[in-house]
Amino acid sequence: MTDIAELERQLTAAIAQAGDEAQLEQVRVAALGKKGSISELLKSLGTLSPEERKTRGPQFNGLRDRITTAIAGRKQALGDAALNARLAAERVDITLPVRPEPRGSIHPVSQVLDEITAIFADLGFAIAEGPDVEFDDYNFTRLNMPPGHPAREMHDTFYVAAQDDSAAANGEAAGQQKTRNVLRTHTSPVQVRTMLKEKPPIRIIAPGRTYRVDSDATHTPMFHQIEGLVIDRETHLGHLKWTMEEFAKAFFEVEKVEMRARPSFFPFTEPSVEWDIRCDRSGGQIKFGTGDDWLEFAGSGMVHPRVLELCGLDPTEYQGYAFGAGLDRLAMLKYGIPDLRPMFESDLRWLSHYGFAALDIPTLDGGISR
Amino acid sequence: MKFTLSWLKDYLDTDADAQTVAETLTRIGLEVEEVSDAGARLKEFTVAHVLSAEKHPNADKLKLCMVDTGADIVQVVCGAPNAHTGMKAVFAKPGVVIPASGEVLKIGTIRGLESRGMLCSERELLLSDEHDGIIELPADAELGTPAAIALGIDDPVIDVALTPNRGDAASVYGIARDLAAAGLGKLKPASVMPIAGTFASPVSINLNLTPETADACPVFAGRWIRKVKNGASPQWVQDRLKAIGLRPISALVDVTNLISHDRGRPLHVFDAAKLSGNVQARLARAGETLLALDGKTYTLDPAMTVIADDNTALSIAGVMGGEDTGCTETTTDVFVESAYFDPMRTAATGRKLGIVSDARYRFERGVDPAFVMDGLELATKLITDWCGGEPSEIVVAGKPPELSATIAFSPAVVKRLTGLSLPEDEIVRILRNLGFTVSGSGTLNVTTPSWRSDVSGPADLVEEIVRIHGLDKVPSVAMPRPHAVARPTLTPAQRRTRAVRRLLAARGFNETISYSFIPREHAALFGGGDAARRIENPIAADMDSLRPSVLPSLLAAAARNQARGQGEIMLFEIGAAFASGAVGAQRLIAAGVRVGTPVRSWTRDTHAADAFDAKADMLAALEAAMGAAMNAPVRQTAHAWYHPGRSGTLALGSNVLAQFGEVHPKILAAFDLKGPASAFEIDLGAIPEPKAKGKARSIFAPSPLQPLERDFAFVVDAKVSADEILRAARNAERSLIDSIGVFDVYEGKGVAEGKKSIAITIRLQPKDKTLTDAEIEAIAEKIVAAVTKATGAALRT
Repeated sequence: MTDIAELERQLTAAIAQAGDEAQLEQVRVAALGKKGSISELLKSLGTLSPEERKTRGPQFNGLRDRITTAIAGRKQALGDAALNARLAAERVDITLPVRPEPRGSIHPVSQVLDEITAIFADLGFAIAEGPDVEFDDYNFTRLNMPPGHPAREMHDTFYVAAQDDSAAANGEAAGQQKTRNVLRTHTSPVQVRTMLKEKPPIRIIAPGRTYRVDSDATHTPMFHQIEGLVIDRETHLGHLKWTMEEFAKAFFEVEKVEMRARPSFFPFTEPSVEWDIRCDRSGGQIKFGTGDDWLEFAGSGMVHPRVLELCGLDPTEYQGYAFGAGLDRLAMLKYGIPDLRPMFESDLRWLSHYGFAALDIPTLDGGISR
Repeated sequence: MKFTLSWLKDYLDTDADAQTVAETLTRIGLEVEEVSDAGARLKEFTVAHVLSAEKHPNADKLKLCMVDTGADIVQVVCGAPNAHTGMKAVFAKPGVVIPASGEVLKIGTIRGLESRGMLCSERELLLSDEHDGIIELPADAELGTPAAIALGIDDPVIDVALTPNRGDAASVYGIARDLAAAGLGKLKPASVMPIAGTFASPVSINLNLTPETADACPVFAGRWIRKVKNGASPQWVQDRLKAIGLRPISALVDVTNLISHDRGRPLHVFDAAKLSGNVQARLARAGETLLALDGKTYTLDPAMTVIADDNTALSIAGVMGGEDTGCTETTTDVFVESAYFDPMRTAATGRKLGIVSDARYRFERGVDPAFVMDGLELATKLITDWCGGEPSEIVVAGKPPELSATIAFSPAVVKRLTGLSLPEDEIVRILRNLGFTVSGSGTLNVTTPSWRSDVSGPADLVEEIVRIHGLDKVPSVAMPRPHAVARPTLTPAQRRTRAVRRLLAARGFNETISYSFIPREHAALFGGGDAARRIENPIAADMDSLRPSVLPSLLAAAARNQARGQGEIMLFEIGAAFASGAVGAQRLIAAGVRVGTPVRSWTRDTHAADAFDAKADMLAALEAAMGAAMNAPVRQTAHAWYHPGRSGTLALGSNVLAQFGEVHPKILAAFDLKGPASAFEIDLGAIPEPKAKGKARSIFAPSPLQPLERDFAFVVDAKVSADEILRAARNAERSLIDSIGVFDVYEGKGVAEGKKSIAITIRLQPKDKTLTDAEIEAIAEKIVAAVTKATGAALRT
């Protein structure tokens, strides 16, 4: 009969001394294997008298359970130690920089267009578009600037070399074949296209590239405009004023703006109005609501009856307003971009500096800008 | 259009100051560009008397002056060589801000002597660049009074930027009329008295025009004035002309400039001795030349109108007179012309010849045809007043065109177009103040004045009424959106464009916007540069071609950035590419380029831009546009500007959606760009519209069964594409194959010459029951058989 206490002491010591899982396994086999010391003890129970069995049984089983637990505990400890050693060896210098990832950007003109789109979506406007190369007829004549009209001169038009146009190709404006095409000098031909195609009520904004033969510190031969057109039976100057106020407030993200309306002249609107916003430009940044400066915001007016007529609408039945503003200029004003020319020079440093993050999508619920 | 405040007050009885006048003008649509009020600006600068000017005891070039300022006598040290005893000069006392420097003048000590003030030069006052000496005022300038008065510059000058429709406001009188209507004062009468001629005009006038061209000059009046003595015009005339930036020349020239600005009536005065025979208005002859008053010789054409004598053209009608018949100091007889020239022809002539003149400015906006005779009488009066002489009877050909119109005008239109409720009597009052004749009630009959040919319909009258009443009084009326919930503002195509833009930026591309016109040689490299895509009047010779592709813009931009030392360049643009110069021949393209190698990293896992970057960019953009993966086949072919072996086209049938690949080395060289570079072009308009289907997604039904993977390595001819193998494999077992990947491509040792090994992994997803080993084996054999049949592949052993 082995001394159980002595056996347990030996086994416990062996378990503690096992330096790795292999040694620990040897101990386990020696104790709990088929021929293991504890297994032998348990087998011996069958040879004992019922009385002895009653006392020995629990002792042997208790020993088995304790040793089993001790082995499992030791196994866990050995595993942890091994893992810790491995992890310690796997240490990296976590201050090293990450893999370089290019940082893209959205052009300010695109960003500002998305902002304006969000604003006008809320007012029920849809976006309309037209081509950059435009019929003379749509760019001028149907906007009440017949050939020879002095206002044409103010447009500094780029002409596209005479074509065998094209009207046939897109099935519109029959009889346009003889005219020389132009690079559109404003986005207003989109008004023409919209009125020719749709019946009122019309509510559109039309953004896009526009072109004029003009290049100096503050002009580029290509720039962007945004146009608005509302035609129905009763829209009047008061609605235009409200729209301008809402647009200015929402775009510049201010509670209040003071607007000044100036009578002006555009061949395609009558009456014509230019809108200025009171501002303070003294600190290099624009502040609204104070100051003695006036910022030109948009040109506008009631669509000229002649234009309605030329675009197939009855001016005694329909009326409405149109407005236009410089998209590049609005971007410059809002975001403090000092010069126009770099807008179109593709300098990566400029694009990164003034550009916007890809996921900064202007929304009304999230605010149109950060 | 410039004028001075005192000039305005000749016609407008008002106490308003320059600022009020300017604000009112802008409010009623005559936008003031600038108010230059030297009197207000220089009010602190006064007339002083230099009692003595002696050499500074301690400095050779300085003078020590005792100056009587009118208030006291002060000592001033002055460096001007022209400072001398007894002169009247412009004095600034300590505390005054000197305009040129913006600094406050202090009591100073110069070379040991105190100086209590300053005698000013024109430059110091920002009057001119003159700085050789101080201003010497006339001896009779009154001591202690503002120097601006003594300088004759105390009259504020107001500059109005006239819109092209307002010829009536191209005169001081016209501006006064508008201001009076706006309530800023009372318009003074300015009627012109006719002057009887004492002899018959030695020349006659003839309108040598056909009925078709009669509108070029419907009326031409003139008169001879003999025995005039040309000389300087009166001082007040010279002051006014100088104040508005004109140079006084002589009485006979100044008289036309004065009346042109005063009454908006351009005139011309010929030296009658230089005329041959009679005077006529006619169209210019082709190739006819004229030496104009600006010293340049112009070649004319039959679209232009000229005034001519029996021999030759004398002046370009409505634009500029001729040098040869101009008045000089020795002129004794003159012939004065007053005519009406067609605005359109005048504008076209001026534009064609590049002449900007005060006459053209007025004729092209439209002058008052009813003032032709008055203008001639007024000129007669001023010439005879200033130069003496004796006028002939007036000769006239044609008659003034009738430009007045009567418009049936319902006052309710004001409210309908502006939202502004105005009583009828206010509407009538405004119109009458502007010179309109109003009669009737209910619907009014409004007759436009002869000077307002720009007004032709009810909307024009509404503009007149609202601008004078005040646009600021128009109410702001809310315009609620027509639907309770906002509908999409973007069309599906616009939405796709926006998704592509944001996606590319998220992948690391910088969005750029570049000009639609590019150098012809760049365009030629991309299939353009032809005559049909040429700009007739480019802003610069190297911007004369509509771009056939967006890539040349991006490559040129990349080259500029590379020249600035940028390593990795990723640019994209969404813009038009032009297939021709026809309307509608443009495509909306999203294009991108990657140039160079990304920033070197310690992780050593970056690579130079290659065709598969471009392919990934292109596929990601298409997926963003469509909201689903693009499954169209890629063909190994692309435009010539791509690397012929490393580029591809993605098309649905004949509908080409995109091209991509590495950029051809010759293109890189042409753009002076160090490669490698990859690029893609996506035709956003070619992307198919999403199929109309419900919003609901198909039911999510994941398999409970374990997927399994099998690998296959095929050896095929090197020219067999991976796509052929993948399609064959997929088609062999469409229902169970979940996905296929290529995990190795190898050519070289161990694979026969002309062959390559492609290893694919196929993931099978059992549908109803777990696959047995035998079933899996059968599927694998089916796949191998299909690939072998399609491509001649053999399993690699």
